[in-house]
Amino acid sequence: MSDLKLPIYLDYSSTTPVDERVAEKMAGCLTKDGLFGNPASRSHSFGWGAEKAVENARGEVAQLVGADPKEIIWTSGATEADNLAIKGAAHFYQRKGKHIITVKTEHKAVLDTTRQLEREGFEVTYLGVKENGLIDMQELEDAMRDDTIVVSVMHVNNEIGVIQDIEAIGNLCRERGIVFHVDAAQSTGKVAVDLSKLPVDLMSFSAHKTYGPKGIGALFVRRKPRVRIEAQMHGGGHERGMRSGTLATHQIVGMGEAFRLAGAEMGPELERVRMLRDRLWAGLDGMEEVYLNGDQEQRVAHNLNVSFNFVEGESLIMALRDIAVSSGSACTSASLEPSYVLRALGRDDELAHSSIRFSIGRYTTVEEVDHTVEIVRAAVAKLRELSPLWEMYQDGIDLSTVEWAAH
Amino acid sequence: MAYSDKVLDHYENPRNVGSFDKNDDTVGTGMVGAPACGDVMKLQIKVNDEGIIEDAKFKTYGCGSAIASSSLLTEWVRGKTLEEASQIKNTQIAEELALPPVKIHCSVLAEDAIKAAVSNYQERHGEAAEAEKQSA
Repeated sequence: MSDLKLPIYLDYSSTTPVDERVAEKMAGCLTKDGLFGNPASRSHSFGWGAEKAVENARGEVAQLVGADPKEIIWTSGATEADNLAIKGAAHFYQRKGKHIITVKTEHKAVLDTTRQLEREGFEVTYLGVKENGLIDMQELEDAMRDDTIVVSVMHVNNEIGVIQDIEAIGNLCRERGIVFHVDAAQSTGKVAVDLSKLPVDLMSFSAHKTYGPKGIGALFVRRKPRVRIEAQMHGGGHERGMRSGTLATHQIVGMGEAFRLAGAEMGPELERVRMLRDRLWAGLDGMEEVYLNGDQEQRVAHNLNVSFNFVEGESLIMALRDIAVSSGSACTSASLEPSYVLRALGRDDELAHSSIRFSIGRYTTVEEVDHTVEIVRAAVAKLRELSPLWEMYQDGIDLSTVEWAAH
Repeated sequence: MAYSDKVLDHYENPRNVGSFDKNDDTVGTGMVGAPACGDVMKLQIKVNDEGIIEDAKFKTYGCGSAIASSSLLTEWVRGKTLEEASQIKNTQIAEELALPPVKIHCSVLAEDAIKAAVSNYQERHGEAAEAEKQSA
């Protein structure tokens, strides 16, 4: 209890600290005595050394996800990987058709990319999700057309942590010769990914969600059967022409080491994280009008997205000053927008406004979880005391029958 | 987002939280906003025979700035006549609490709340007065 440091970090789905072991490796690639060379330099040992480190890291990343190292393309992160995959495939295959399918609960890196393609003349279908956050396979199948060229569905949802059935979706795409892209930024080290078996053509990865550095990610581009993409970044022809730009050796080495550790330690780590998550949920679940968002079973071990009914998210975050979490309510403009992901689940706006995402990670302790439960319980009780909606609920008034003076 | 000290103070120690019986003759109730928009304010005033607001209470569902705006309002309206209270402007609230532009709507909502409470009181008293006249 004595070494409880505040604030408590419970936002691992947002980003993770770099593991010390990773930072150490990265530091060896920067200064004059380290591997500072340009991996593309073929004429001296500085370049060879850096190239070797980069290729070693490529191997580590490939190994974690069951890919061939030649199928891994370095990018600046998952956002760039998503852009490269979707725009790259759409541009390459546009002679076959101009229809793309994705899902309303995707990350903005996918949704804004498909919006851009719409401006370029592509047609995009945005699938809804069921109440549990998962897509309806029949709906997906019905949306597929002869001119569908790309389907993009994320593996693990960043807000609610649900896991889509990538294998089933991939099989539907394979039958029809549609390129299948998966945003797996939230997956590595959290759930097993085996691309030697999964029918996925393109998959995006991020280092900083898995105890690696920010600013580096990768795109898996399948070689058998071969998938083609058009480059979005032109220059020196790095990464077999798919993504030009001098490779950031220290970043890449960091990602490689982070992914190696993720693979080596995933088993016990997941077990520990799940225990902590269950402990947190057990502490919160006893309260009245508390809801878990997203499927109860088909979800990652480290995420809890919870709605505290009748309490507004931003004020709750304010009360939780000692805990670093995310709110589903983006209360930054005059028209308060609740999370589009929770809305897509069909959650009432009130519940969407009242949601908090807790995400647990490698350095979370039992003490931190117990303290969090205490703080959250006190904050929710205090804010409900302030809430006219809670008062109405206690008086037995059905809020859905009230005529609100919307503004 | 950084909050001003005054917002934090009202948020940490909200003044005059609570409810009056809304059927009490001396009480006017204003409820504005909508859960879908992320904020609902309930403001109640208790008015004496001289038409002076003796007491005020609030409950607010909303962000820290919304809570602070309504808390501040309950302090300001005490001792004011209905006329004076309904002249409180959102800009005064926003200035006092140093609200950033994205939070101005919280002060607008507070202004709406006091206007709604005053008119609720007046409506009920208009009706009550008329009922008295008719029975006389």
